[in-house]
Amino acid sequence: MFRASGTAVEPGPFSAQKGQRLAAKESHTVRQSRGLEQFFSYINDQEGLSILDLAGLTQENIDFVTDLGHKLYTQDFLRSLDDTFGREEFTAQAVPNRIETFLDQNLDFKENTFDGVLVWDVMQYLSPALLNATVERLFQITRPRSYLLAFFNADEKSLISPQTTFRIQSQSTLMLAQHGQRQQAQVFNNRSLEKLFGRFESVKFFLTREHLREVIVKR
Amino acid sequence: MSTAPFKTPEIDSSRSSATIGKAVKIIGQIFSKEDLYVDGDVEGTIECQDNKLTIGPNGKLQAGVRAREVVVLGQIKGNVEANDRIDIRKDARLIGDIKTARIVIEDGAYFKGSIDIVKPDAAKANAAAQAASGAGSSQGLPKPPAASPTPVASAVGAGATDIKR
Repeated sequence: MFRASGTAVEPGPFSAQKGQRLAAKESHTVRQSRGLEQFFSYINDQEGLSILDLAGLTQENIDFVTDLGHKLYTQDFLRSLDDTFGREEFTAQAVPNRIETFLDQNLDFKENTFDGVLVWDVMQYLSPALLNATVERLFQITRPRSYLLAFFNADEKSLISPQTTFRIQSQSTLMLAQHGQRQQAQVFNNRSLEKLFGRFESVKFFLTREHLREVIVKR
Repeated sequence: MSTAPFKTPEIDSSRSSATIGKAVKIIGQIFSKEDLYVDGDVEGTIECQDNKLTIGPNGKLQAGVRAREVVVLGQIKGNVEANDRIDIRKDARLIGDIKTARIVIEDGAYFKGSIDIVKPDAAKANAAAQAASGAGSSQGLPKPPAASPTPVASAVGAGATDIKR
């Protein structure tokens, strides 16, 4: 169990053009994921769980989760974010009324609904205000002893990260399909993540190649 | 693999089918005993229990849907039950809960809701139970919205498609 007193690092000026895509073509990397392995090992021996995927639908993720006998809920959080606020419009994401409306439209679930949430890298694109409200909403809609799997860019010097679709290949293997880049709202380190998930029971980190920090959060 | 290109759906000429064209709006319940292609607007419910339902690229459904097979190229807002499979194509938009034996989704499709995979044996048992409780029943499907006070144009292909208002 980690506890931290650090704060999230605020974004510096963003020199690249908004929404710039440096590579139009999708590139694929297949690699091991300890975070994914742990996430599914926790729920491996159970059936009929409710899993929420915040990155929208991919065939591989549907097949994997439903083959385990679970019910999958999906929400394309980033697409809804862009539709609602505009791409990388972090100022608009900080307006309290709009945050509440956005969460009511996109995370409108009863308390204690989910046994696991595949957050992927969605959180790093949310403004601090929206991020905190989203984490609080996730806390409400997940059951005690459920797990979240979230990824963050571990390069603390860069606010640009590859926009990635995560496709589950097996319990411990992910395909990362990268298509362009996207500006993060802030950079994260272990302390800021511990603070972000302060209400949760535990936070566990896996530092991996490709500047990816995998985080397992226990509710 | 989801990245494989999908063929544009064609209506199988060897099977009888009905079409709701893109200039048509229907409010109410549709029961079809043949394949159905919807490229217009429907508010209410659609049942093609043993047949294939295709929502064309111009199709907009605000309806609960039940069919053997569902192919979505347009938009659906409502729950979908497909006994056999559901195909959600690239530019499709589906908001609702899906219950099916098999799902195929193309990258780029928008989906918001839940997916419940019903194993084929369970699906058969469900279908048998529904048949026993009365064919053409709309039980379990969302109720259609309140009838519009304005007249509704409707056009249905020949065959066994019933529209109730």
